[in-house]
Amino acid sequence: MYAIRLWSVRHSRGLEAFYQGFERIVVALDPVWRFLGYDRIEKPVAAVEKLVKGVLFDCQMCGMCALSQTGMACPMNCPKQLRHGPCGGVRVDGMCEVKPEMRCVWVEAYAGSQRMQAGPAAIRELRAPVDRRLTGTSSWLRVAREKAPKPPAKAAP
Amino acid sequence: MIFEDEPEPGHPLPMLPGHSSAGRFERILRAGGFAVTAELAPPDSAAAEDVYARAHIFDGYVDAINATDGSGANCHMSSVAVCALLTHIGYSPVMQLSCRDRNRIAMQGEILGAAAMGVCNLLCLTGDGVQAGDHPQAKPVFDYDSISLLRAATRLRDEGTFESGRKLTSRPHVFFGAAENPFVPPYDWRPQRLAQKVAAGAQFIQTQYCFDVPLLRKFMARADELGLLDQVFILVGVGPLPSAKTADWMRRHVPGVHIPDAVVQRLAGAAKPKAEGRNLCVELIQEIREIKGVSGVHLMAYRQEEAVAEVIERSGVLQGRVPWYPGRPAELSLEKAAS
Repeated sequence: MYAIRLWSVRHSRGLEAFYQGFERIVVALDPVWRFLGYDRIEKPVAAVEKLVKGVLFDCQMCGMCALSQTGMACPMNCPKQLRHGPCGGVRVDGMCEVKPEMRCVWVEAYAGSQRMQAGPAAIRELRAPVDRRLTGTSSWLRVAREKAPKPPAKAAP
Repeated sequence: MIFEDEPEPGHPLPMLPGHSSAGRFERILRAGGFAVTAELAPPDSAAAEDVYARAHIFDGYVDAINATDGSGANCHMSSVAVCALLTHIGYSPVMQLSCRDRNRIAMQGEILGAAAMGVCNLLCLTGDGVQAGDHPQAKPVFDYDSISLLRAATRLRDEGTFESGRKLTSRPHVFFGAAENPFVPPYDWRPQRLAQKVAAGAQFIQTQYCFDVPLLRKFMARADELGLLDQVFILVGVGPLPSAKTADWMRRHVPGVHIPDAVVQRLAGAAKPKAEGRNLCVELIQEIREIKGVSGVHLMAYRQEEAVAEVIERSGVLQGRVPWYPGRPAELSLEKAAS
């Protein structure tokens, strides 16, 4: 919801701190996820993620979550789905070119990024173009898979 | 500034050491000249003559001609075709490529195709939303954004690979640019965004219309602090406004155009608003050229293309230089070379 999304950006610092704790837990649980099978839990976890982040951020489930870099404003709510900042069409009052009734996602993101503990620099990082195959998949599990220490390779049979 | 090897229509110039392209536009900028570019609105037609006629208006006053890519999300002849036609008769076009209408497969292919046809300059744009144009029912693509496009474009040229990593057998020698709009929020971020674009590979910038010089000064000063002015050539967008009514309409309806009230009032109070609009444009150019880090101006004179010659002539920015155009008298270049 739009009002909650704006609230989330206003509270980006708190949400950032919460997410950092949450991410540590998700990553630490990697052995559990592996035991259950990442593929098997993908759908239910993605459903939970969609629900939670949908309420808080109007998350579009791009699968490559950038919220902690973008001041807790989801860039996929930008009608042009820009990943690196605002287009040149932002209205003088900070509203979106395409949807004049909506605040520019990147104007919001910029404000949110100023409140982040990690500082505002992350918003300017060069991000890989969105891999559209990941749409609808869980970012949480992807992060767990990527950040968890790799299990020792199985000995060749 | 005269180069001994004037272009022969249809044949590329030799590439100078340290240059990315064989184009005249890059040569002028790197030689320290004050460059002038103008925007050509591609016709709603399938006739090459219409393209030539539109380019011909600028003869003798511009170093490069921008071919817009469905500007304002309106359907017109494609920018790659316009650029191929212009290149064929010796003009130096800047091909605009917008992320709105194509995915990454089409865009990377378009860059290779354009380079193969001799296009030397490419402007990487996000593009206006489809709601702004005559086909609001169209699907907006936006697979890349302008910065991803710049990155992909420079990867083609400098690494010789597609995003997928697959190798090219020959690389596109193209001078890459991007747009920037210092005149809309978030103002603090705009110079940083310029830095992001430079980091992604932008070598030149063409800005949105400038009617607010103090804002431009602030932007340029900040860009200077960030050390960007030595890394990128900045051409500032300008254009003549025909009337107060049009100015007001533009700032309400054209995405990203900021026109201060004082400008609209000045036009409203003028006895001859069209002439006043041109006077204002000349004044703006003269003021802008003095700002540190400005390498040229980019004229957008939609439906007033004939005003470009007058405005540039009166502004004096070319300092007597006559940019090449097809059929430019040979003695003209010699005269200027001697002077």
